Amino acid sequence: MTHNTYIYILIMAGVSYAIRVLPLTLIRNQIKSRFLQSFLYYVPYVTLAVMTFPAILEATQTPISGAIALVAGIAAAWLGAGLFNVALCCCSVVLIVELIISLI
Amino acid sequence: MEITELNINESKTTAFRKGMRDGVPIALGYSAVSFSLGIAAKNAGLTPFQSFLASLLCNASAGEYAGFTLIAASATYIEVAIMTFIANARYLLMSCAMSQRTAPGLKLRHRMLMGFYITDEYFGIAIARPGYLNPYYTYGAAVVASPCWAVGTALGTIMGNLLPLHIVSALSVALYGMFLAVIIPPAKKSRIIALVIAFCFAASYISAYLPALSGISDGTRTIILTIAISSLAAVIFPKDVATEGKQ
Repeated sequence: MTHNTYIYILIMAGVSYAIRVLPLTLIRNQIKSRFLQSFLYYVPYVTLAVMTFPAILEATQTPISGAIALVAGIAAAWLGAGLFNVALCCCSVVLIVELIISLI
Repeated sequence: MEITELNINESKTTAFRKGMRDGVPIALGYSAVSFSLGIAAKNAGLTPFQSFLASLLCNASAGEYAGFTLIAASATYIEVAIMTFIANARYLLMSCAMSQRTAPGLKLRHRMLMGFYITDEYFGIAIARPGYLNPYYTYGAAVVASPCWAVGTALGTIMGNLLPLHIVSALSVALYGMFLAVIIPPAKKSRIIALVIAFCFAASYISAYLPALSGISDGTRTIILTIAISSLAAVIFPKDVATEGKQ
Protein backbone atom coordinates (compact mmCIF):
# COMPACT_ATOMS: atom_id res chain seq x y z
CA MET A 1 0.00 0.00 0.00
CA THR A 2 1.42 3.37 -0.98
CA HIS A 3 0.73 6.35 1.18
CA ASN A 4 -0.24 9.79 0.04
CA THR A 5 1.82 12.56 1.63
CA TYR A 6 -1.13 14.94 1.61
CA ILE A 7 -3.24 12.47 3.59
CA TYR A 8 -0.37 12.15 6.08
CA ILE A 9 -0.31 15.93 6.45
CA LEU A 10 -4.10 16.16 6.84
CA ILE A 11 -4.05 13.48 9.57
CA MET A 12 -1.28 15.31 11.41
CA ALA A 13 -3.17 18.59 11.09
CA GLY A 14 -6.51 17.09 12.16
CA VAL A 15 -5.15 15.40 15.27
CA SER A 16 -3.05 18.44 16.23
CA TYR A 17 -6.09 20.71 15.96
CA ALA A 18 -8.57 18.43 17.77
CA ILE A 19 -6.25 18.18 20.78
CA ARG A 20 -5.98 21.95 21.00
CA VAL A 21 -9.50 23.05 20.31
CA LEU A 22 -11.68 20.52 22.14
CA PRO A 23 -10.89 21.49 25.76
CA LEU A 24 -11.06 25.18 24.92
CA THR A 25 -14.49 24.89 23.28
CA LEU A 26 -16.05 22.19 25.49
CA ILE A 27 -14.97 23.31 28.97
CA ARG A 28 -17.17 26.36 29.45
CA ASN A 29 -17.44 26.44 33.23
CA GLN A 30 -14.97 27.05 35.97
CA ILE A 31 -13.74 23.70 37.20
CA LYS A 32 -15.00 23.19 40.76
CA SER A 33 -12.48 20.66 42.08
CA ARG A 34 -9.80 22.39 44.10
CA PHE A 35 -7.26 19.79 43.05
CA LEU A 36 -7.95 20.28 39.34
CA GLN A 37 -7.89 24.05 39.75
CA SER A 38 -4.52 23.87 41.47
CA PHE A 39 -3.25 21.32 38.95
CA LEU A 40 -4.11 23.54 35.99
CA TYR A 41 -2.64 26.54 37.79
CA TYR A 42 0.76 24.82 37.98
CA VAL A 43 0.69 23.24 34.48
CA PRO A 44 2.03 26.26 32.56
CA TYR A 45 5.02 26.81 34.84
CA VAL A 46 5.86 23.13 35.05
CA THR A 47 5.59 22.50 31.29
CA LEU A 48 7.70 25.49 30.35
CA ALA A 49 10.31 24.74 33.04
CA VAL A 50 10.56 21.10 32.00
CA MET A 51 10.91 22.03 28.33
CA THR A 52 13.60 24.63 29.03
CA PHE A 53 16.02 22.55 31.03
CA PRO A 54 18.07 20.55 30.12
CA ALA A 55 16.96 21.08 26.47
CA ILE A 56 18.69 24.48 26.34
CA LEU A 57 22.03 22.71 26.91
CA GLU A 58 21.52 20.61 23.79
CA ALA A 59 20.20 23.38 21.54
CA THR A 60 23.59 25.07 21.25
CA GLN A 61 26.88 23.84 19.79
CA THR A 62 28.35 23.32 23.25
CA PRO A 63 26.47 22.77 26.54
CA ILE A 64 28.53 25.56 28.15
CA SER A 65 27.09 28.32 25.98
CA GLY A 66 23.59 26.95 26.64
CA ALA A 67 24.21 26.90 30.39
CA ILE A 68 25.53 30.47 30.43
CA ALA A 69 22.54 31.59 28.31
CA LEU A 70 20.24 29.95 30.88
CA VAL A 71 21.83 31.82 33.77
CA ALA A 72 21.84 35.08 31.80
CA GLY A 73 18.20 34.61 30.83
CA ILE A 74 17.12 33.94 34.42
CA ALA A 75 19.06 37.00 35.60
CA ALA A 76 17.60 39.23 32.89
CA ALA A 77 14.04 38.07 33.58
CA TRP A 78 14.58 38.47 37.32
CA LEU A 79 15.71 42.05 36.76
CA GLY A 80 12.50 42.77 34.88
CA ALA A 81 13.47 42.48 31.19
CA GLY A 82 10.59 41.68 28.81
CA LEU A 83 10.12 38.73 26.45
CA PHE A 84 12.07 40.16 23.57
CA ASN A 85 14.99 41.42 25.66
CA VAL A 86 15.39 38.17 27.56
CA ALA A 87 15.40 36.24 24.28
CA LEU A 88 17.87 38.69 22.75
CA CYS A 89 20.08 38.44 25.82
CA CYS A 90 20.20 34.63 25.56
CA CYS A 91 20.99 34.72 21.82
CA SER A 92 23.77 37.29 22.25
CA VAL A 93 25.31 35.34 25.11
CA VAL A 94 25.46 32.19 22.97
CA LEU A 95 26.94 34.09 20.03
CA ILE A 96 29.62 35.70 22.22
CA VAL A 97 30.47 32.61 24.26
CA GLU A 98 30.80 30.43 21.16
CA LEU A 99 32.95 33.08 19.50
CA ILE A 100 35.26 33.12 22.52
CA ILE A 101 35.39 29.33 22.61
CA SER A 102 36.26 29.16 18.91
CA LEU A 103 39.10 31.63 19.48
CA ILE A 104 40.62 29.73 22.38
CA MET B 1 -16.24 41.41 36.08
CA GLU B 2 -17.23 44.69 34.46
CA ILE B 3 -13.71 45.99 34.56
CA THR B 4 -12.33 42.89 32.88
CA GLU B 5 -14.91 43.05 30.08
CA LEU B 6 -14.09 46.68 29.60
CA ASN B 7 -10.43 45.77 29.31
CA ILE B 8 -11.17 43.32 26.54
CA ASN B 9 -13.21 45.81 24.51
CA GLU B 10 -10.80 48.61 25.06
CA SER B 11 -7.69 46.73 24.18
CA LYS B 12 -8.54 44.87 20.95
CA THR B 13 -6.10 46.91 18.89
CA THR B 14 -3.70 47.42 21.76
CA ALA B 15 -3.69 43.70 22.51
CA PHE B 16 -3.13 42.90 18.84
CA ARG B 17 -0.22 45.32 18.70
CA LYS B 18 1.28 43.99 21.93
CA GLY B 19 0.92 40.49 20.53
CA MET B 20 2.78 41.53 17.39
CA ARG B 21 5.59 43.00 19.46
CA ASP B 22 5.90 39.90 21.64
CA GLY B 23 5.66 37.78 18.49
CA VAL B 24 9.00 39.11 17.21
CA PRO B 25 11.26 36.97 19.44
CA ILE B 26 8.97 34.03 18.70
CA ALA B 27 9.38 34.66 14.98
CA LEU B 28 13.15 34.70 15.41
CA GLY B 29 13.15 31.41 17.25
CA TYR B 30 10.64 29.88 14.86
CA SER B 31 12.78 30.80 11.86
CA ALA B 32 15.72 28.87 13.27
CA VAL B 33 13.77 25.87 14.55
CA SER B 34 11.55 25.55 11.47
CA PHE B 35 14.61 25.68 9.23
CA SER B 36 15.98 22.54 10.85
CA LEU B 37 12.50 21.02 10.77
CA GLY B 38 12.45 21.65 7.02
CA ILE B 39 15.60 19.57 6.67
CA ALA B 40 13.85 16.69 8.44
CA ALA B 41 10.89 17.11 6.06
CA LYS B 42 13.24 16.96 3.09
CA ASN B 43 14.71 13.72 4.42
CA ALA B 44 11.18 12.30 4.66
CA GLY B 45 10.67 13.06 0.96
CA LEU B 46 8.39 16.07 1.30
CA THR B 47 8.44 18.83 -1.29
CA PRO B 48 8.95 22.44 -0.10
CA PHE B 49 5.23 23.10 -0.64
CA GLN B 50 4.27 20.03 1.41
CA SER B 51 6.53 21.01 4.30
CA PHE B 52 5.13 24.57 4.10
CA LEU B 53 1.60 23.18 4.26
CA ALA B 54 2.40 20.84 7.16
CA SER B 55 3.84 23.70 9.23
CA LEU B 56 1.02 26.07 8.35
CA LEU B 57 -1.61 23.54 9.46
CA CYS B 58 0.11 21.78 12.38
CA ASN B 59 2.03 24.52 14.24
CA ALA B 60 3.99 21.95 16.20
CA SER B 61 7.73 21.35 16.34
CA ALA B 62 7.98 18.02 18.11
CA GLY B 63 4.69 16.80 16.63
CA GLU B 64 5.72 17.58 13.07
CA TYR B 65 9.17 16.16 13.57
CA ALA B 66 7.69 12.90 14.87
CA GLY B 67 5.28 12.85 11.93
CA PHE B 68 8.04 13.38 9.36
CA THR B 69 10.10 10.56 10.85
CA LEU B 70 7.12 8.22 10.48
CA ILE B 71 6.41 9.41 6.93
CA ALA B 72 10.06 8.67 6.11
CA ALA B 73 9.48 5.12 7.39
CA SER B 74 6.17 5.01 5.38
CA ALA B 75 4.24 4.13 8.52
CA THR B 76 0.48 3.54 8.52
CA TYR B 77 -1.97 6.45 8.82
CA ILE B 78 -3.06 5.20 12.25
CA GLU B 79 0.51 5.18 13.52
CA VAL B 80 0.93 8.76 12.36
CA ALA B 81 -2.32 9.74 14.12
CA ILE B 82 -1.29 8.11 17.41
CA MET B 83 2.21 9.55 17.32
CA THR B 84 0.87 13.02 16.56
CA PHE B 85 -1.46 12.68 19.54
CA ILE B 86 1.33 11.63 21.90
CA ALA B 87 3.81 14.24 20.71
CA ASN B 88 1.18 16.97 21.05
CA ALA B 89 -0.65 15.79 24.17
CA ARG B 90 0.78 18.65 26.21
CA TYR B 91 -1.38 21.02 24.13
CA LEU B 92 -4.40 19.22 25.54
CA LEU B 93 -3.26 20.23 29.03
CA MET B 94 -2.53 23.77 27.88
CA SER B 95 -5.95 24.02 26.27
CA CYS B 96 -7.58 22.88 29.55
CA ALA B 97 -5.56 25.47 31.45
CA MET B 98 -6.60 28.16 28.96
CA SER B 99 -10.27 27.19 29.27
CA GLN B 100 -10.08 28.34 32.88
CA ARG B 101 -8.77 31.73 31.85
CA THR B 102 -11.23 32.61 29.05
CA ALA B 103 -14.01 35.12 29.54
CA PRO B 104 -17.31 33.22 29.98
CA GLY B 105 -18.90 34.95 26.98
CA LEU B 106 -15.99 34.43 24.59
CA LYS B 107 -17.40 33.53 21.17
CA LEU B 108 -16.94 30.09 19.67
CA ARG B 109 -15.03 31.41 16.67
CA HIS B 110 -12.47 33.01 18.99
CA ARG B 111 -12.12 29.77 20.94
CA MET B 112 -11.64 27.87 17.69
CA LEU B 113 -9.09 30.27 16.27
CA MET B 114 -7.20 30.75 19.55
CA GLY B 115 -7.11 26.96 19.89
CA PHE B 116 -5.50 26.66 16.47
CA TYR B 117 -2.62 28.76 17.77
CA ILE B 118 -1.82 26.92 20.99
CA THR B 119 1.91 26.34 20.80
CA ASP B 120 4.43 26.32 23.63
CA GLU B 121 5.28 29.91 22.78
CA TYR B 122 1.84 31.43 22.17
CA PHE B 123 0.54 29.67 25.25
CA GLY B 124 3.48 30.89 27.30
CA ILE B 125 3.07 34.55 26.43
CA ALA B 126 -0.75 34.51 26.58
CA ILE B 127 -0.96 32.85 29.99
CA ALA B 128 1.63 35.25 31.42
CA ARG B 129 -0.75 38.20 31.04
CA PRO B 130 -3.13 39.00 33.90
CA GLY B 131 -6.89 38.58 33.70
CA TYR B 132 -8.92 36.85 31.00
CA LEU B 133 -7.08 35.74 27.87
CA ASN B 134 -7.47 38.21 25.04
CA PRO B 135 -7.63 36.33 21.72
CA TYR B 136 -6.41 39.40 19.82
CA TYR B 137 -3.11 39.21 21.67
CA THR B 138 -2.60 35.67 20.37
CA TYR B 139 -3.67 36.72 16.86
CA GLY B 140 -1.11 39.52 16.88
CA ALA B 141 1.68 37.14 17.83
CA ALA B 142 0.49 34.53 15.31
CA VAL B 143 0.34 37.04 12.44
CA VAL B 144 4.02 37.85 13.01
CA ALA B 145 5.44 34.45 13.92
CA SER B 146 3.40 31.77 12.16
CA PRO B 147 4.31 32.82 8.59
CA CYS B 148 7.95 32.59 9.69
CA TRP B 149 7.31 29.08 10.94
CA ALA B 150 5.77 27.92 7.65
CA VAL B 151 8.18 29.78 5.35
CA GLY B 152 11.15 28.71 7.48
CA THR B 153 10.16 25.06 7.09
CA ALA B 154 9.90 25.45 3.31
CA LEU B 155 13.28 27.23 3.19
CA GLY B 156 14.84 24.46 5.25
CA THR B 157 13.53 21.93 2.76
CA ILE B 158 14.87 23.97 -0.16
CA MET B 159 18.21 25.09 1.18
CA GLY B 160 19.23 22.50 3.73
CA ASN B 161 22.29 23.50 5.66
CA LEU B 162 22.79 27.02 4.36
CA LEU B 163 22.69 29.16 7.52
CA PRO B 164 26.02 29.24 9.35
CA LEU B 165 26.01 26.92 12.34
CA HIS B 166 26.80 29.58 14.94
CA ILE B 167 23.79 31.65 13.84
CA VAL B 168 21.45 28.65 14.11
CA SER B 169 22.97 27.88 17.49
CA ALA B 170 22.36 31.41 18.78
CA LEU B 171 18.82 31.65 17.37
CA SER B 172 17.78 28.33 18.84
CA VAL B 173 17.98 29.62 22.44
CA ALA B 174 15.53 32.46 21.68
CA LEU B 175 12.64 30.13 22.51
CA TYR B 176 14.11 29.17 25.87
CA GLY B 177 14.80 32.82 26.66
CA MET B 178 11.11 33.48 26.15
CA PHE B 179 10.09 30.61 28.37
CA LEU B 180 12.32 32.06 31.10
CA ALA B 181 10.75 35.50 30.65
CA VAL B 182 7.38 33.85 31.31
CA ILE B 183 8.20 31.70 34.35
CA ILE B 184 10.81 33.77 36.22
CA PRO B 185 8.79 36.94 37.11
CA PRO B 186 6.04 34.92 38.91
CA ALA B 187 8.80 32.93 40.64
CA LYS B 188 10.18 36.20 41.95
CA LYS B 189 6.81 36.98 43.52
CA SER B 190 5.92 33.52 44.81
CA ARG B 191 8.38 31.34 46.67
CA ILE B 192 6.18 28.31 45.94
CA ILE B 193 6.43 28.81 42.17
CA ALA B 194 10.20 29.33 42.49
CA LEU B 195 10.44 26.07 44.40
CA VAL B 196 8.29 24.23 41.86
CA ILE B 197 10.43 25.52 38.97
CA ALA B 198 13.67 24.53 40.70
CA PHE B 199 12.20 21.09 41.31
CA CYS B 200 11.17 20.87 37.62
CA PHE B 201 14.69 21.68 36.45
CA ALA B 202 16.15 19.01 38.71
CA ALA B 203 13.56 16.35 37.83
CA SER B 204 13.79 17.13 34.13
CA TYR B 205 17.59 16.93 34.19
CA ILE B 206 17.58 13.62 36.05
CA SER B 207 14.94 12.04 33.81
CA ALA B 208 16.73 13.16 30.64
CA TYR B 209 19.90 11.36 31.60
CA LEU B 210 18.61 8.48 33.72
CA PRO B 211 19.10 5.34 31.59
CA ALA B 212 15.63 3.95 32.36
CA LEU B 213 13.86 7.15 31.28
CA SER B 214 16.15 8.71 28.69
CA GLY B 215 14.84 6.40 25.95
CA ILE B 216 11.40 8.05 26.09
CA SER B 217 10.83 10.81 23.55
CA ASP B 218 11.06 14.44 24.70
CA GLY B 219 7.35 15.01 24.14
CA THR B 220 6.29 12.02 26.24
CA ARG B 221 8.74 12.95 28.99
CA THR B 222 7.30 16.46 29.06
CA ILE B 223 3.80 15.04 29.51
CA ILE B 224 4.78 12.60 32.26
CA LEU B 225 6.75 15.23 34.18
CA THR B 226 4.04 17.87 33.73
CA ILE B 227 1.30 15.60 35.07
CA ALA B 228 3.43 14.22 37.92
CA ILE B 229 4.90 17.50 39.17
CA SER B 230 1.71 19.55 38.74
CA SER B 231 -0.25 16.90 40.67
CA LEU B 232 2.36 16.88 43.40
CA ALA B 233 2.34 20.67 43.63
CA ALA B 234 -1.48 20.72 43.63
CA VAL B 235 -1.55 18.29 46.57
CA ILE B 236 1.22 19.93 48.61
CA PHE B 237 0.41 23.56 47.79
CA PRO B 238 -3.29 23.66 46.89
CA LYS B 239 -4.20 26.99 45.38
CA ASP B 240 -7.03 29.16 46.57
CA VAL B 241 -7.74 30.10 42.98
CA ALA B 242 -10.76 32.19 43.88
CA THR B 243 -8.49 34.82 45.40
CA GLU B 244 -5.29 34.21 43.46
CA GLY B 245 -6.72 34.12 39.95
CA LYS B 246 -7.95 37.70 39.91
CA GLN B 247 -4.82 39.67 40.63
